[in-house]
Amino acid sequence: MPSRLAEAYALLAAAPHVPIAGGTDLMVRITGEIGDPPERLLDVSRLPELEGISLETGELVIGAAVTYTDLRRSALCREHLPALVEAAATIGAVQIQNRGTIGGNIANASPAGDILPILLATDARIITGSAAGERVTPAAAFFTAYRRTALASDELILRVRIPLTPGRETRFRKVGTRRAQAISKVVMAVSWRDHGPSAGWSDVRVALGSVAPTPIRAAATEAVLEGARPSPEVVDRAAETLAAELRPIDDVRSTATYRRTVAARILHRILRDAGGW
Amino acid sequence: MSAIRFLVNGAPAEVDVPGMRRLLDVLREELGLTGTKEGCGEGECGACSVLLDGQVVDSCLVPMAQVDGRIVRTVEGLALAARERGALDTLQEAFLTYGAAQCGICTPGMLMAARAYLDGGGGPDHDTIREAIAGNLCRCTGYQKIVGAIAAVAIGAAP
Repeated sequence: MPSRLAEAYALLAAAPHVPIAGGTDLMVRITGEIGDPPERLLDVSRLPELEGISLETGELVIGAAVTYTDLRRSALCREHLPALVEAAATIGAVQIQNRGTIGGNIANASPAGDILPILLATDARIITGSAAGERVTPAAAFFTAYRRTALASDELILRVRIPLTPGRETRFRKVGTRRAQAISKVVMAVSWRDHGPSAGWSDVRVALGSVAPTPIRAAATEAVLEGARPSPEVVDRAAETLAAELRPIDDVRSTATYRRTVAARILHRILRDAGGW
Repeated sequence: MSAIRFLVNGAPAEVDVPGMRRLLDVLREELGLTGTKEGCGEGECGACSVLLDGQVVDSCLVPMAQVDGRIVRTVEGLALAARERGALDTLQEAFLTYGAAQCGICTPGMLMAARAYLDGGGGPDHDTIREAIAGNLCRCTGYQKIVGAIAAVAIGAAP
């Protein structure tokens, strides 16, 4: 259990380790009942470099070991990115929120990771570090395949930087079996920049989880909304485009048809609310 | 393996166990504190809820390495202050009065989640109480009596 980052980097460079922070995903594997537990673990819960939420040059900077409870209680997050606070509140229940971290959500890279669509929708960048130095990867390039990330075996996730773009609005919505303690059937974050009632939206992002092997952005749907305003006609078309664009699967939690239908409906609702009709 | 020292219910404890041993197992098997129950073992049911530095956590998801130097409170410690006067914690009394326990396996975890909620300044609003115990499954009571018992303590109406 290193208490200094350099120590952690040295351990990682010497042999592969699975970093553990809150343990809400990893500890389930520890008893060995569902497959082999990880051979070597590296406890990152006492590294001060991974802590804290701050505002730096127009960016919200969130340490990898920040918990969902920390996010819910953060005045900075509430003020600058309330959708992130909402997302944190939908994860597990208090017991999980007290332990689970944003860095763990990223590293675990579950397609159902509830924070991940927010990171995609806000053009977040993920800062990783190793003995060789720090590296910046856009969230959109971080999730490479099912439960795979761009993190190298000698690296740790250090923090997330979320640009606070002027005029950007971000909305979040999750649908699961029940409000608490549910793994998402569909989770979505939508963001756009509003330049006033006579101008079209720009920088539209529609990001989803639980509908593909990784969290994804819906490019065709974004194209429908880019430069437009959320009129009934545009919103209908965006929802139809999303339903046509998604390729979800049937699994234990839901069906492809349900996911496609619900994703379109959530988007419709978010955009309708934004349009004020 | 190395010695891990922490406080349990106000008393110092020292165990020599692998750092990845679950807090739940150490409480039950090394320290004999079997009030904390194992339900699902994967953080879904909340039966193993304890307080770690005052925060409610699922002890099945906490590796011992992260307990070193910290403060753990289990259901056995709930009534410590009250026991000197031969009583239970007000929450325990309220659970009895309101019939908030049936088979009992969720009760220790439910009590700890409720204690964390009340210690954090939680009030009698039923919706916020339900959110506070959303990570604790009960298959007997239907929750109404549990919520009622917690609300009664929150407004100071409990025995």
